[in-house]
Order: sequence, then C-alpha cells, then structure tokens
Amino acid sequence: MGDPKGFMTVPRIEAGYRPVNERVYDYGEVEQTLNENDRKLQASRCMDCGIPFCHWGCPVGSKIPEWQDAVYRGEKAEAYYILHSTNSFPEITGRVCPAPCEKSCVLAIHEEAVTIRENECATVEQAFEAGIVVANPPKTRTGKKVAVIGSGPAGLSAADLLNRAGHLVTVFEKNDAIGGLLRYGIPDFKLNKRVIDRRLELFVEEGIIFKPNVNVGVDISKEDLLKKFDAVLLAIGAEKPRDLPVEGRDLDGVHFAMDFLMQQNKVVAGQTIKRGTKITAKNKNVLVIGGGDTGSDCVGTSIRQSAKSVTQIEILPKPPKKRVNNNPWPYWPDTLRTSSSHKEGCERRWSLSTKRFIGQDGKLKQVELVKVEWNKDENGRWNMTEVPGTTEIIDVDLVLLSMGFTQPVHEGLLSDIGVEYDQRGNVKVDNKKQSSVAKVFAAGDAEKGASLVVHAIEAGKVAAKNMDAFLREE
Amino acid sequence: MMQTRLPKAQGLYSPDNEHDNCGIGFVANIKGKPSNDIVMRGLEVLRNMDHRGATGADNSTGDGAGLLMQIPHEFIVDVLKLNVGPKGKYGTGLVFLPKDELEANVCIEALTRNIETEGLTLLGYRDVPVDKSAPGEIAKTTEPIIKQVFVKANLELDALERKLFIVRKLAEKEIRESNLKYKDGFYQPSFSAKTIIYKGMLTPDQLRDYYLDFKNEKFKSAIALVHSRFSTNTFPTWDLAQPFRIVAHNGEINTVKGNRLWMQAREGLMKSEVFGEDLKKILPVIQPGKSDSASFDNVLEFLHMTGRSLPHSLCMMIPESFNQKNPIPESLKAFYEYHSTIMEPWDGPASMVFSDGRYIGGTLDRNGLRPSRYVITKNDLIVMGSEVGVQTFKAEEIKEKGRLRPGKILLVDTQLGIIIPDEEVKDQLSRRNPYQMWLKENRMMMKDIKVKKRRPSSIENFEMYSKVFGFSKEDMYEIIQPMSQNGVEPTGSMGNDAPPAVFSDKPKRFFDYFKQMFAQVTNPPIDPIREGLVMALTNYIGSLHSNILDENPQHCKLIKFTEPLLTNTDIGKIKDLKDEMFSHKKVQMMFPVKEGLKGFEKAIERMLSEAESAVDEKKNYILLTDKIVSEELAPIPSLLAVAAVHHHLIKKQKRMQVGIIVETGEAREVNHFALLLGFGASVINPYMAYAAIDHIVKEGKLDIEYKEARKNYMKAVNKGLLKVFSKMGISTLRSYHGAQIFEAIGVSQEIIDKYFTGTTTKIGGVGIQEICQEATMFHQEGFKEDNAPEPFRFESNGNYAWRKNGEHHAWNPETIGLLQWATRTNDYEKYKEFSRLVDEQNKKPSFIRSCFNFKKNPIPIEEVEPIEEIMKRFVTGAMSYGSISKEAHEALAVTMNTIGGRSNTGEGGEDPARFGTLKNSKIKQVASGRFGVTNNYLTNAEELQIKIAQGAKPGEGGQLPGFKVNKIIAKTRNSTPGITLISPPPHHDIYSIEDLAQLIYDLKITNPRAKVSVKLVSEDGVGTIAAGVSKAFSDVIIIAGADGGTGASPASSIKHAGLPVELGIAETQQTLVLNNLRGRVKLQVDGQLKNGRDVIALACLGGEEFGFSTSALIVLGCIMMRKCHMNTCPAGIATQDKSLRKRFIGKSDFTVNYFKFIAQEIREYLAEMGFRKFDEIVGRTDLLEVNKEVTNWKMKTVDFSKLLYLPKEAQDVDIHNTHPNTQDTKDHLDYELIRDAKKALNGAEKVWISKSIVNVDRTVGAMLSGEVSKRYGEAGLPEDTINTTFHGTAGQSFGAFLVKGVTFRLEGDTNDYIGKGLSGGKIVVVPPVGSTFKPEKNIIIGNTSFYGATNGEAYIRGVAGERFCVRNSGAKAVIEGTGDHCCEYMTGGRVVVLGKTGRNFAAGMSGGIAYVLDENGDFDYYCNKGLVDLTPVEDKADIKELQTMINNHLLNTQSTLASKILTRWEEYLPQFVKVIPFEYKKVLEEQKLKELKRKLQLTEDDPSRHE
Repeated sequence: MGDPKGFMTVPRIEAGYRPVNERVYDYGEVEQTLNENDRKLQASRCMDCGIPFCHWGCPVGSKIPEWQDAVYRGEKAEAYYILHSTNSFPEITGRVCPAPCEKSCVLAIHEEAVTIRENECATVEQAFEAGIVVANPPKTRTGKKVAVIGSGPAGLSAADLLNRAGHLVTVFEKNDAIGGLLRYGIPDFKLNKRVIDRRLELFVEEGIIFKPNVNVGVDISKEDLLKKFDAVLLAIGAEKPRDLPVEGRDLDGVHFAMDFLMQQNKVVAGQTIKRGTKITAKNKNVLVIGGGDTGSDCVGTSIRQSAKSVTQIEILPKPPKKRVNNNPWPYWPDTLRTSSSHKEGCERRWSLSTKRFIGQDGKLKQVELVKVEWNKDENGRWNMTEVPGTTEIIDVDLVLLSMGFTQPVHEGLLSDIGVEYDQRGNVKVDNKKQSSVAKVFAAGDAEKGASLVVHAIEAGKVAAKNMDAFLREE
Repeated sequence: MMQTRLPKAQGLYSPDNEHDNCGIGFVANIKGKPSNDIVMRGLEVLRNMDHRGATGADNSTGDGAGLLMQIPHEFIVDVLKLNVGPKGKYGTGLVFLPKDELEANVCIEALTRNIETEGLTLLGYRDVPVDKSAPGEIAKTTEPIIKQVFVKANLELDALERKLFIVRKLAEKEIRESNLKYKDGFYQPSFSAKTIIYKGMLTPDQLRDYYLDFKNEKFKSAIALVHSRFSTNTFPTWDLAQPFRIVAHNGEINTVKGNRLWMQAREGLMKSEVFGEDLKKILPVIQPGKSDSASFDNVLEFLHMTGRSLPHSLCMMIPESFNQKNPIPESLKAFYEYHSTIMEPWDGPASMVFSDGRYIGGTLDRNGLRPSRYVITKNDLIVMGSEVGVQTFKAEEIKEKGRLRPGKILLVDTQLGIIIPDEEVKDQLSRRNPYQMWLKENRMMMKDIKVKKRRPSSIENFEMYSKVFGFSKEDMYEIIQPMSQNGVEPTGSMGNDAPPAVFSDKPKRFFDYFKQMFAQVTNPPIDPIREGLVMALTNYIGSLHSNILDENPQHCKLIKFTEPLLTNTDIGKIKDLKDEMFSHKKVQMMFPVKEGLKGFEKAIERMLSEAESAVDEKKNYILLTDKIVSEELAPIPSLLAVAAVHHHLIKKQKRMQVGIIVETGEAREVNHFALLLGFGASVINPYMAYAAIDHIVKEGKLDIEYKEARKNYMKAVNKGLLKVFSKMGISTLRSYHGAQIFEAIGVSQEIIDKYFTGTTTKIGGVGIQEICQEATMFHQEGFKEDNAPEPFRFESNGNYAWRKNGEHHAWNPETIGLLQWATRTNDYEKYKEFSRLVDEQNKKPSFIRSCFNFKKNPIPIEEVEPIEEIMKRFVTGAMSYGSISKEAHEALAVTMNTIGGRSNTGEGGEDPARFGTLKNSKIKQVASGRFGVTNNYLTNAEELQIKIAQGAKPGEGGQLPGFKVNKIIAKTRNSTPGITLISPPPHHDIYSIEDLAQLIYDLKITNPRAKVSVKLVSEDGVGTIAAGVSKAFSDVIIIAGADGGTGASPASSIKHAGLPVELGIAETQQTLVLNNLRGRVKLQVDGQLKNGRDVIALACLGGEEFGFSTSALIVLGCIMMRKCHMNTCPAGIATQDKSLRKRFIGKSDFTVNYFKFIAQEIREYLAEMGFRKFDEIVGRTDLLEVNKEVTNWKMKTVDFSKLLYLPKEAQDVDIHNTHPNTQDTKDHLDYELIRDAKKALNGAEKVWISKSIVNVDRTVGAMLSGEVSKRYGEAGLPEDTINTTFHGTAGQSFGAFLVKGVTFRLEGDTNDYIGKGLSGGKIVVVPPVGSTFKPEKNIIIGNTSFYGATNGEAYIRGVAGERFCVRNSGAKAVIEGTGDHCCEYMTGGRVVVLGKTGRNFAAGMSGGIAYVLDENGDFDYYCNKGLVDLTPVEDKADIKELQTMINNHLLNTQSTLASKILTRWEEYLPQFVKVIPFEYKKVLEEQKLKELKRKLQLTEDDPSRHE
C-alpha cells in the first residue's frame, strides 16, 4: 500500500475530457491524462484492503491493490506486469471498460473510488513509452495448431495465451482488419485504433498468424478446419442485433447502430465507403433507440457528423442518480450513467416505446412514440403498459437501432459445425468452455451473449487455459 | 466400579491436561526440637489456607492435602511399641493399596520381596488407623487401604536411604508392569529413614481428622511441611495429593513434556558412583503417568539421591535468572551457566517447599509469581506459607517477617539450628568447583570462532528455490520485508477466517498443521518485553550432556549461541571447525521425488539411520540440510525431518550426545523457528530467508543495506520467539528446546506417534502420503517450465488478504455483500441467501462445524419457543471503546439491550453517562490492564467478565498507542490523553487457579447481583481449565475460538495460536460432564459465527450462549480492511479519527435485524430437528452426523469421533446449565461493616468502626464500597466518612475497590492484592502495637498491591512484596521498601518509596511519577529505564508534592522513618530520585504550555494579537 492515509489526504481526481467545443470536431480520444506525479498520488489512495472488492468486481480479477502500490512506488515494469498477468489488453480495458472495479472499490461507499481505470490506462501507456512492453515469443512450440475464429477481445485474449503456451495459433477474421468489435464497434474517440495495432504488432512478432478477410465456413470448409487444427475456438461474437419490428421498419433511414458505427470507423481508418451505402447523420434529426453504450457511441458519432439534433430514447425508466436500497455496494450499480458523448449535446428520454416509423416515399420522416409504465405483477415480474394519451410524433431523419444483440449468427459456420445452443441461442458450453462438438470451444459473446469487453477477455482466458490442458492431454 | 485414578483419555478429554495449584507452607523449629505442637501448627497452617484449595461436585471432597514430617521416633517406639532400633537405622512409610484384598496382597508381597532381595529386614506392616467417616463422598469411593511398612538394616543413614529408594522404585515398577486390575491403587507416598508423609484426597480439616496418629502427643516432629491442592478436576486421586517425597509445589511446570523427554534421553548415559550397578534399578527416573509436580519431585529426588545436595539440585532445575540484568556475583553466574549445559530449566511458575528431614526450606522460580511469606519468632519458630497469618503470634514475639524472592532460597538447617541465607547457600554452591575457569577454558562463543570464509547471502536459482519452498508475495513483502525493515513482526488485525491447513485444498507448508499453545489460568504468561530480565535465548551445541551425575569441565566443552539463528557465515564456521570435539555429520533432508511415496519413506528412514550412526561415530552434531534441491531431489518438510530425527534419537537414548543444526530454506517466519526449536533443533540457518532479504534489498524495496536488514530480521525473530515462549510462561530457550509446546490439527495419529511423540492431535488428518504429496506439489511448482516467462515476480496466495483463486476466506466479497444488503433492507429472504452461501462455502470446508448434518424429526415451527427467548442467548464480543469508535460501540450496546442480549464493554471502561441508559453495556469486562475498572463500573454490570485470553492473541498483552488515546478515551480509562496504555499478558492477580477463584470472589463481593464469567481460548486442555474455573464459582465460561478478531495482534499469533472453537467447546463439555460440573455453569462460545447453522452446531457440541463480533461489525459496515491497527478504518469503526468516524454508516437497527434473522433461522432448525426449546439440544452431539460429502484430498483420514464423543455420564448428570453456581459468602465481614456503617450509607454521616481480622477474611471492604457506589455513584462519599480500624492479618484483596469516603486502617499485616482496583478510598497499614522489629526492614503487605488502582491514597509503614502499584492509574501511595517490578505498567498517580526497591522498577510505566529514596546510590541499576527518565527532585512543585506525601505518611502511620526524613530534609532531599515516563513528561509540558498560552491570551500582551 502506497500511503496508508492516502485516501484521507488525496481527493479523487479524474483527468476529465478535452473541451466539448474542441473534441466534437475530430475523432481523437476524448479522455485526457494526469501527469505522472498526480497519477502516483491517485494510486496512493488505494488502501490495500484485506478484502479487495475491486479485485473481486473485476471480471479478469485484476490484482488492483498490488499494481496500485507499484504505480505509487514508480515501479513501472512491475505495475505493468501485474496488470498484464490477468489481462492481455490492459490498454484497452483502461480505455473502454465501465470499470466494475471502481463500483466495488471500498472508497466507492462514499463515492470516491480510486481511479482504477485511468490508472490502468496510464500504467500501460507509461510501460509502452518506457519500452517495457516488448514481444515475448514462446521458447518452444508444442506442435499443436489452434484456430481462433473471430478476432474480437475473446478471440485475441485466447490467442495470446495459447500462443504463449507454445501452440501455433491462427486467428481468422471475416472482416478486413483484426479486432472485431474493438476495431469497428468502438468509436475512435474512445479507442484510438493505433492502440489495437500496437498490440497486434507484438502478437505477430510473437508468432500468431492472422488471417483477415477469411470467412470460415465459406472460405474454409468446416472439414478442413477440423482437420487442420487440433482445437478450434469460436469467438465470433453475438452479432445478431435486436430488431424493432414495427410499422415502417423498412423505411430508408432506419439502421442498425453497428452498421453506422462501423462505417465511421472505416472512414477514420482511411477507407472509402461505397457510394449509396453511406449512412450519415449530417444535418439530420437523429433518433438513437436504446440507452446503452452502443447508443451512446451513436450519439457521439452523430454529433461529430454534424447532426442537426440528436435524441436518445430508452424504453426503461430513467435510472436513479444514486444507488437505491436494493442495489447496494459492492454490486454493479443500476444508476444513471452519462458518457462523454452525452455531454456533447443530446436529448435523453426514458420510458418511451416506439410505436411506428412514419415515412414519405420510403424515406423516414417521423417516429411515433408512446410513454410506458413499468409495474411489478403479483409474481414480482416487471410488466410494461402504455400510458394512454401520451402518444407523440417527432420529426426524425435517421434512426439508429441500438437495442443490443440477441445471439451469435447461427447461419453458416455454427450450423455447419453443428454446435448445440443454449436457451438463448448462444453456443452451449460447459465450464471448460467446450462446445458439444469435439475439440471445438467457444468464448465470449458467442457463448455468453453480448457483454462487456472485459468479460470477453476473461472468457478467452478461461477457454485458453482449458484448451491448453485439452491439447496437452491429447 | 472403583475408579482409582483419573479417568482414561476419552473423547477430547485427556488426563495429561490436569493441573493443580495450591497452598503450601511449613512450620519448623529452627533448633530442631521435635514436638507435637509443630505438627498441629502444620495442620493449622493448612486449614487457614483452605480457601486456596477446592472441593468437588459433592462439595465435600477435597482435592488433596498432606503433611511431610520427620519420622516420629518417639511415637513409634513408645506408642506403637515397635522394636525398630535406634533412630536412623530403620525406614518406614505409608503404603496405599488397592481395596481389592487379593490385589492388595499381591502388592504387599511385591514390596516385601523387594525389601528382602535388597537385603533389608522387614519388621512388619501396620494398619494405619483412620477415621473412615472423614473423607467426602467421592473420595470415599477410592479410599485405599493404608498400611505402614517398617524395615531395618545396619547401614549408615544415607546408604539406608538409598536402599529404601531402590526398593520403592523397584516395587513401583513391578506393580506398574504387572497385570493387576487395580494397579493404580498401589502407591507409596514415602519410604525413608528420615521423613514420612501423610496425605490423601482430603480437605485440610479432613486430613487432621482422618489420620488418627496426628492426635497423639508423642507424634512429634521438628518440621511440618504441608500442601493443599486445588485441582482442575473432581476425580478422586489419592496419589496426586502432595507433598511428594521431597517437595510440595505450588505452580506448574510448563516445559514438563520436554523435560521428561530430555530426562529419558539422558538415562542411557548415566553412571553413578554411589549407586553403581544399582543405578538401573532406579530407572526410569520419572514415574510415568503422574503430574508435573510429581515428575519434578522424581528428578529432584534422583539428583539428590545420586549425590547432590538439595539446594544444588534445586538450583540446577530451577535456576534463577543470571543475565546481565541480575545483581548476583559472577561466580554464581558461572555456576548457573555451567549447570545450564547439564540440564535445561524446568520452567514455569513455582513456589517450592522442600525437606529431607534435616533441611527444610523454600524457593521461588526466577519470575517469583507465587507468594511465599514467612515469619520467624523469637522462640525459634519459622512459619512459611502461601499466605501470611496462617499462624498468629503476638506482636512482641515476632523477630522477622519476610518473603521469598524470585530465584532465592530460604534454607533452615534444623541440625545446626540456623537459617542459612540465600547468599550463603549460593556462595557455597558457586565455590564447589572453578566453574568460571571451566567455562573460560572450554566453552566457545560463536563470535569467537574465526571466520575463514564469508558466505554470501544470495543463492543461485533463487526463483526455483523460492517456489520449491513456497515463498509467496505475502511472505516476502508482508512478513520478511517488515521484519527486515523494523526489527519486529508485522501486526495484523481482525480474525483468521481461512480454513485450517488440513481443510484447505491448497498445498500448505507442514508447519501450518501445528498451533502454538499458551498459558491460561493455571499459570501466567510472561511479558517478554517489560520483564525481559528473566528471558534468555542462549543455547549450546557440542559435546553436550554426557553423564549428568558427575561434574567435570568436559560438560561445558561446547559452542554457546546467544540466539538460535545462524547466518550463512556462521554455519560455514561450524562446518570448517576442525576441533575433534566439534565434528559434524551432514544429513540430507531430501527425497528422490520421482520415486514418490516409497522414496519419501525411504529417505526418512535413511535420515534416521544416518543420524544414529552419526552418534555412533562420535560426531558432536548433526547438520540437517535441504540445500541441494534439484529436479530429482525435493526437500522433506524440515519440521518433519527435525522431529523425526529428534524423537528417533531419544528413543535410542542417543539424543544427548549430539546437537541438531538445521540448514533449511523452508523456515521464514517466527512460528517456523519456534516449531523447529520446540521439536528439537538446536540452532537454525534459514538460508532462503536471508536470500529473500538480499533479493528485497537488491530490488530497492528496503532503504537499508543487507547487513542491517538481516540484523533487523534476526532481531524480529528473537523477539518473536521470546513472545512465543512467554505466552506459555516459559522464559528460556533452553527449556523451550524440545518442549513441544504445540498441538497438531489435521495430522494423523500415526505420524504423531512416530515422529512427534506426545503431541496432541485430535481429529487425525494427513498421513505420510499426503505430506509427501504436498511436498511434491511445491517441488513441481519450482520446476514448472513457463514457455513465455515474464520477469520473475512473487505471487500472493491470499493467506492474509483475500485473492480470487487464493486461499478461501469465510468473509469474502459475496458473504459481506449479502449480509450488509440483507440487514440494511431488513430482508429475510436476502439473509437466507447469505446464510445459504455461508453454508455452501463452509462445506469446502472452512470450519469443523460445517462437516456435520443435523438429525431431522420435524415439528411445526409454531411450537418452537419465540425468537425473544433465543435472542437472550446472544452477546456481542468484547470490543473496547478505544479499539472501536463511540458510534460503533454504542450501536452494539443499543442493539443488545433492544433484543434482550448483552453487549460487552471490552477492556477499556465505559463512560458512566451510559450507565442506566439503553447504551449501557450489560457485560463489563475486567482484563489485565484493568482500564477504567472502578467500583462504580463493576456495580453497574449484570455480568462481570474476566478475560483470561483473547482468541487472536492468547497469552499476549496489548497496547493502545498514545496517539489513539484521546481525551474521552483517557477519561474512561482513568488515564491521561496521549499516554500509551499497556495491557500486561497476565492478570497480575491471576497466576494460578486459586488466584482466579480469588478474583471471582472479589467481583462477586463487590457486585453480588452480577454474574461472573471467565473467558478462555480453545486449546488442548481447555476443558480441564474450565473444570477448575467452574469449581472457582464462575457462572459462565466462555470458550473463544482462536479465530476471533482483534484490533491489533502480531500476524503470527492471529494465524498460529490456539484451536478452532469446536474443539474447545467439545472438550469443555465432555470434561465438565465427566466431572459432573456442567450443571453449575453456562457455556458461551464465539469464533466466526455467522448464521443459525453455526449456532445449532455449536449448541450440540455444548454451547448455550453465543458471541458475535466480526459479523456484527460487518453488519455495521466493516468491510474487513484489516487495518484496525493503523487507525485508518474507512468504515469509521476501528478508529478514533474524527474524519473517519463520519464515514460510519451503521445503525443499531441493522444489527437488530441481523440477530432477529439468526434467531428465526434457529427456530426453523429446531422445528426441523424436532425440539421446542433450545436447551434441549445443548450438548447433544448425538444430533450431529458427519457429512461425508464435505471433504477434500487431504481430509480422507480426518476423524471426528473424539469431537462427537458423548461421555456415558451424560445419561445421569446435567449436560447443560441447570442451576446457579453459588458460593457461600454469608460470613463475609462486609455484612457487619455495612450494618455498622448504615448511617454513613444512608445519610453520609461519619462513622467509626473497629474489627479484628484474620487471613481468611478476604476482599474486605468491596461490598461496603459497592453499597456506596449504588447510592452515590462515581463520586462516593466525602473523605473519611466511614473510618474503620482493623487488627490482625488481613486476607487477600484487603480494601479492594474501596471507594472515596471509606478509610481503612489496619494494624497488622496483609496478604496479596491489597487495594486492588482502589477507587478513591484510603488505606493505612501499620505494624501492630508492641512490635519490636523495624517496620522498614520487614514485609507488611503482600504482592501485587494496588493493582489497577484508579484513585485514592495508601500509606504503608513497612515493605511490600513484588509489583507494588502495578498498573496504578491514579492512586497516591507511600511505602518504605518494595520488591521487584514496582510501578510496573503504571499510567498515573504518585508513588513514594522510602527505601530499597527490587529489580525492574518502572517497567512499562507510561504515566504518573515515582519518587524513590536512593540511599545507596544504586537505584539506577534496579530501574528499567526503557520508558522513564531519572532526575533529581528539583522542581518546586515536585518538592512540595513529595514533602506533602511524606508528611501525610507520618500523620497516618507515625513512621519513624518519615519523621527522620522530614526532620533532616536538607540531607535527604538530594537522595530522592524522580522517576517520570518520557511520554508523561511530554504531555505534562504540553499541558503547561497550553495553560501558559491560555493565560497569555487573557492579557493584553498576547503576541499573537499583534500581527
């Protein structure tokens, strides 16, 4: 523990964001960073609890008190290695993780949690800067081959660990670049793609083989796959978005959020979008349906595309600002979260259901909304009812559907391989992340349903550990 | 059927744990003139110490009493008309025989046969006339047939005595090895030509009545040595009564296990000039199966018989302390040091009286913890006893009054008719041989051996080694680093909630399977810091212990170590030594790991045979090493290796010839070293610990150099070891060495029997296979290849702080989260979720209790008693206001008062403003520091709890650092803000079970309405202690689990001392039931209780009340930071910091919810099990079934049958509390005082009272004071309202808790504990009118006076015993001379000593001032200057204060000394020394400065106003 009384003398300081009127004109990362000394002081606030609830709250089990101490003492390498020992991509979670650790931090009881996520990000950046992060290829090869399908956080996390264990790993990606949702799902203003590339370069140096633009099941047959590789990891995500099958859904101007976000990321990456397929918010009234992170990303992106107005609606009621009784520390708080994008100028509304899209000439013009109420029935289940007489129609040119994802895409690869599914349509796995098909494992959103990046990383870890054991047993 | 002795071991009960403490004494005519009067006086001495003994369940059977005297020759010749010949030419003794006539005859035949074969003439047997009606009912069941045997021989006296000794030993052995059914009934109290012993399972009165011989006028002796026993059991054991053949012992030999083993090991080497070939007839020296005192007597008798004088033998066995802090001659130090190479001390509190018929005397051990007072009269009578006043004499008859002093001997030679003072005895001893020269020429000091080559501290392959030896990140940076930095062990807080090693599915070091034992009740722990003068870490290796029966310089040809840790260079020096007397053999503690279990077993066998052959090859020491780890060779756990070799060599009688040096990478923390030493290692080289320090230094994590870091580390280990020894009351490494002060938990009996012989293990556990497997797992870790390694880093295994995938902790994010959620929202369903999770996790398992299922037999829940009834059984643990914040402390009190349970003040007093309100804690604790324990405090309690030990650090004291003592805490603790408050390890008024009985009596007298409870900690033998405690009239006994919490304890104590509560409560229940004592006490348990299931399981094991501490704090917001000791509690609980206290979010409602939930859950269980009332399941172990599903790979061999054992007595006697434990106090003197003081009590009118008093009048004044408190509260009465004068000798605790307005004047003298807890009253003691001795030279009050006094005055004209004004926090006292440890732990008040003081003055004194008249100018030497400053008395205010106090002394006592000093003030003043603690000085100066500032501010000239 850096300073036993650090938390009493040093207040929580967040680095904050770049000014709104500056940041909305570019796609650079919005978050700023503290100087090294202030960062150490922030780390000194960690109390090295007898029970580090942060470490419990963190899905990858980051040993937070241990690296806070190292950060405080200026032990850059040690801090980095502790971080890296539980997570292959601390530079990414340090940027995009909603930080359940901070919600469980003991200091969060009085709303002054240690700035764990920012400390993480700073620690990794300092480590890269100091040349601590270098390729560490495995000393020997086992001779076993592993295919990882999908290059999102779950796939990459598994690929890294399997490679370190000495297996020869090939990562297949159907898109043109590696990274999955990290690459094309998260806007650059939250995660600069150079951060991914930097890590991928190390992976390449360490011997992982990347095959973008390969759609497994189409470009490589299932038989080939299973023949060529000793084990296969399905890390294809849960790409099937939840749809809104109401009147007017097929109007021009109603899009899935991911299509919109991906396009922008490709633009930032310097690619050109085919004429006619471009989705833009420029000078439009934008309605984002869905109040989650993806929705928030749509807000920020729309604003950067110079939308006329941005409205974000959510079917659920507005969450409370502070924890309610029945949602205590150290559990995840269901409270109102406001992202940097929200602060850039948008209207947020809650308890609204979308009745229909109204168009003209096949083009979206308006949306009809209605207020809803949520009540518990006698079984304690929440029921939604529309409030009579609250229908309203608003003018909208672009609707972005960001209501989450339902399951992995079954068509193609999954049905070819013939994995079993669970009730929610995800790939069914046991506690070793092994699917119903021999030597096929699955990890991440594909088996768990859409979730946080950090969960995907952890799933990849678990899968890698078990696949390694599986490969060694053979 | 007749049961002759202690019951056999059954369930968790073991007869090995029986203790006894006692009253002892003697009467003698110094000139050796025999008379029946001496015998009668001896018996009277016994009777007057009746209260020190005890009676059994039938309230009439005594625990044992006896008398040793000269052979009454006149009686034998004139009355018995036996033709025995002249005095000294015949031998006699009583013989106890089995009641079974046939068997009795066999015994007699055996004895006769041995008499004859040894060439003695049997004169005959006499039936000893006894009054069969005298003994109590229980004693009658085992009353032996008693005969007296007479033999004669034409031998000179000593030769005859030796023959008789041989006969006795031979007969003893023959019967012991016979097949007789009642062989235990055969016992020879004595067989001698000099002395005879009469004793039995009797009270002192019964002894007198039982043996009719006593009544005859011709029954004469010049000496009478007596003993009455207070035993911890009610079993009828006639043979355990004392005196034994030579001594009567009041005390306890803590190291007896080791002493017995060493003695056994020595036997093979013994050769005796006087016995010659006969020697083997008297072996074994120690008769098996007897008490520690009996073993001591065996060895003493043996040493004496083989040629050493009694004082010589005694000085070998209980040497006084001879380190540089002791003022004894160098020649005597050499004598002790020389003998320390022959025999280790028999360590433990001991007051011994001894006699061989000619000499009679007494001695105290080095600590002098047992009182021994004597009076010498002008007509040559000497009376010595545990108490003064056991014989009354007229004032003018008395020549001298004195006391035995620590380590000193009082010897009377009745033949020459003189008293030989200690100096003379010792002087003679030290001149027997040129010991100084012998030592100088033979004994080598480690540091004197030349270094040939420095050995590096680093080690190649450090990473691999650290993994093989399991060094975790916590070991490195939470244990080794702080030790190397600060020179002390790290401190931790909160309890241990990790499973015992055997329950953990993680591999554990073998060390972790052993728990430290500690002293409670029957003997006191020691304060190794403040009383360091008795402690020593010296040990030797080399040509040790050849024949202890002869004395020559060869004995001390050895290497002396001043500490047990060797550096790498040191061990190199030893290896390089070429001296033929110092040769060694290396034995590898390694096994071929690939050969698995077979290889492991073979390697152990190899070690043993190599060790044995080392002895045969005449090597002087064995070097056990595990330094050559490789992929093929893995280390055998060092503890297993050491113990195996040690025990093997003992069994082969080859242990004494060699020293065991251990070179191991495994040992790193204090507990590891303690274990290795305790199981036989002589010195240890922990090379990996050094390498680790080197690593940390090189990493830059220590800002000091390696050398200093290692020095600090060794210092920390030394300190830690002393702490471990002292918690058992052991002072020296020499006696700790091999003493096995540990018990195993989770080790199979087979392993114990083979390698750890004599160690207790109760639930079985790991066998050789599991041990091998664990060793292999660690080894594998060291050789695991990482394919893409990152720079080496240590990993935490979550032993101390929780980690995902680390060691399991019962309190973890899930359990804490759910519990807080449930209790805050008053959501029973959520609570059940918590409770289910706890049950689920506990099945890993974490606790013994989670290994059981309950038998079911459901009834409707409506029929079960309501929660209100159940909640009465709940208490919260003792957490002081000081260790926790006001908010938390009061919330708990309000909670418990709301639900009908009881909260506990903890050690630290309570604000009187809380008395009578909802915030009043019903339980008021009385702990060793006695902080805030005033009469008023005691009067406002419903239960008074004596804390003997605390689960997190049993046997240790505590300390509240000055910076935590704010104004309000200081006030409730009667202290000054900013002053460190030390709680001593022992209660200084509880050194024995009879002392505890006395304190219980004190408390019951002070507040007769309160129940008294005694808090013990679970360990092997706790049941036996509890039996003694219930016989001492405690109403409630708390068995605390060793897992209990703490605000600050050494980390190793939290983890490694004491047992889980289940073992303690089960043993206690079984023992109390066996003794039929269960009905009279309530049993309370605590130790990580969380839910209803925990309560039910513990109830079935015997608990009927339940303590909750950690869980209650968690409900109030505790999140197990484990930083209580740092005052940074972010939950505002364990802190006094204002800003942190604001963070407290707990509410008493939450805790109320919690207890209601538990009670409700208990009702559900009761319904399921089919019981309507809680009482019906108490002690019902038959309701528990072992759940076979709860297991892991190590646990397969764990066996709970002893734990679940239900004694067959349970059918007939109470198995839960049924009636109060009432002590008859109706004769107490205070009833008269209260009557006589009626006017004062009712109307504050002045009264004058006069009473005579004798030593059986104990605790006089406490009840009277209680009456005052009830009416007038803390303020008491105006000064001198009740004036009482007493004449005579006052019993113990005279004037205890005396309140303001009450003045006691005593003309006479007093026993121990005068003015205990003085609460404002005034006590004056003066010698009786007519005395001719000089008061300032004679002892007038006993030991431990004014202990915990908070206020008041005392004027004593005479000298006090040890520990005058110990823990005084406010009284003003004047005395004319004191024993050792005066003003110890004092935190306030004033003490004036007008004469000499003993050693260790002002140890641990953090407040108050003492003025000492230093006429010899040597006070400096006697003062422990650790915390205090010595200055002349120069300050005007000081001079005035001193003068006033001496003047008051003169006015109150008419002291001639005071008068002389005052009249020659100019001459005397410069000879006074002022003793003032640094801290106190600072606080006083700050106060002065503040006052000055305040005054300045009142004036116009305040500089701060002109800015």
